[in-house]
Amino acid sequence: MSVRVYDLAHARAGDKGNTSNISVIAYDGKDWDFLRRELTCERVMQAFRHVAKGPVRRYELRNLNAFNFVIENALGGGVTISLAQDIHGKSLSNVMLAIELPERG
Amino acid sequence: MSGRKTVRVGAGAGTSDDRMLPARELAERGDIDYLVFECLAERTVARENLARSKNPDLGYSPSLHERLRMVLPACVERGVRIVTNMGAANPVGGARAVRREARDLGLGDIPVAVVLGDDVASVVRGRPDLTIMENGEPLESILPKLVSANAYLGADVVCEALATGAPIVLTGRVADPSLFLAPMMHAFDWSYDDLPKLAQGTAAGHLLECTASVTGGCFGWPGKKDVPDLARNGYPFADVAADGAIRIGKTPDTGGRLDVMTCTEQLIYEMHDPQAYITPDCVLDITGIRLVQEAPDRVRVEGAAARPRTGTYKVTVGHADGYIGEGEVSYGGIDAVARAKWAAEIVKERLRLQGFSYDDFRVDLIGLSSLHGDGDARPEPYEVRLRMAGRTPDRRAAHAIGFEVRAMHMHGPGGAGGACEPRVRDVLAVKSVLLPRQFVNPQIAVEQGR
Repeated sequence: MSVRVYDLAHARAGDKGNTSNISVIAYDGKDWDFLRRELTCERVMQAFRHVAKGPVRRYELRNLNAFNFVIENALGGGVTISLAQDIHGKSLSNVMLAIELPERG
Repeated sequence: MSGRKTVRVGAGAGTSDDRMLPARELAERGDIDYLVFECLAERTVARENLARSKNPDLGYSPSLHERLRMVLPACVERGVRIVTNMGAANPVGGARAVRREARDLGLGDIPVAVVLGDDVASVVRGRPDLTIMENGEPLESILPKLVSANAYLGADVVCEALATGAPIVLTGRVADPSLFLAPMMHAFDWSYDDLPKLAQGTAAGHLLECTASVTGGCFGWPGKKDVPDLARNGYPFADVAADGAIRIGKTPDTGGRLDVMTCTEQLIYEMHDPQAYITPDCVLDITGIRLVQEAPDRVRVEGAAARPRTGTYKVTVGHADGYIGEGEVSYGGIDAVARAKWAAEIVKERLRLQGFSYDDFRVDLIGLSSLHGDGDARPEPYEVRLRMAGRTPDRRAAHAIGFEVRAMHMHGPGGAGGACEPRVRDVLAVKSVLLPRQFVNPQIAVEQGR
């Protein structure tokens, strides 16, 4: 059975200009390696393809059982000129949480 | 304050629209030494520059009056010093407003220290060669429409303001964590060579700068991440020791939660490279940080590291960028989505026939695709709200969007309801440039006496 990011981690989105950053924080540190292997930049970009042009970078924060995904060209040009309703992209963490990951080997 | 083993720095606001009551609770019951209000979003200073250009007494944060009325009595009684960037584009005007509020409350004549020098509009006008960070173009490209240019000042000049002894410090643009770091540097005489302490203080500032976001706001999820009594969530504070030890807590007897999970979300918030979070005071590295739950609603922060501050200030440049027009109308029941999509095509065609064009245009189906774009295999909602928005230099073209969307009541697919009035707003866009430190001259002044 596949598992969603939602099942293993919590997340929060922030904004700087036209770039969204989304933290992914494992509830249990034991899941961090699995997330590291499966929650790749490619998989994240695929999930965000309707929202962002990318690219996506991933930073690892092992001490905090976390990752930080930085997604460029994600906010309609930035808070001040965006035509979106959610100009800050606050709701984008939920795109991350809905990503399905393959079964653990 | 010096000689004390710890100081307690509280967060009273984390954005211009932040809630006000929790700040009063913190001032009255939080046993704090400093109360910091961070109230400037990216474009706020640009907007307040326009306000000041119409009335030289304005240009400070409009929420200043109500926020300070709420906390001044408790702060004066308890000796809590206030640090805030609510001066926005007019810190001197803001200081005068604060002093009037204090007199009206019967609190007497309160000196206010003012931080100046963040306004670098005249400097950048002479530097058209500066590179815009967002698009790599020269600053020259937006100089004709320049509204404001403000450097993110650091904690150093805020420390100077605190050293005057004035109970209140009012600034314009200062980096958010620096507002919180300044009282710590002032209380313990930390210098810019004390990098581990600057790192701890900056991390604490980052944890506090969004107030309730570290006490359960922007966090809760029913059944998954429950937050007790979220309606009454309290604001946070940091207990800071001279050696840089940090503990985060919140106002006693308030709702919300403060734990390793809430702190972790806030720590990574709005961060890009977690080894290089650049502030005017240092380059923070959070990757070595450990968060430890010491007690209920009490988290110890340790292990922050930093490299020395950079040779530049980040400057936010505000410029006029046309208009955004928008309109909305709803469809419900059978084929609601199909009718909304048809209406969108009709509106677009009518705008085109009138010769209007747009730099950017957007169609949202609220209830289906407005937040996360067109996803795969989503169920059709029972009802949907069509929203259309466009950006253009032509105010008439902006207005026409909402006008034509509203006309769907009479001139579109069947069963349209609840259109809003056409909306048009001025666009104040912001860009960023880096300005070498020698071009910025932070200063202080004190408003006092008659």
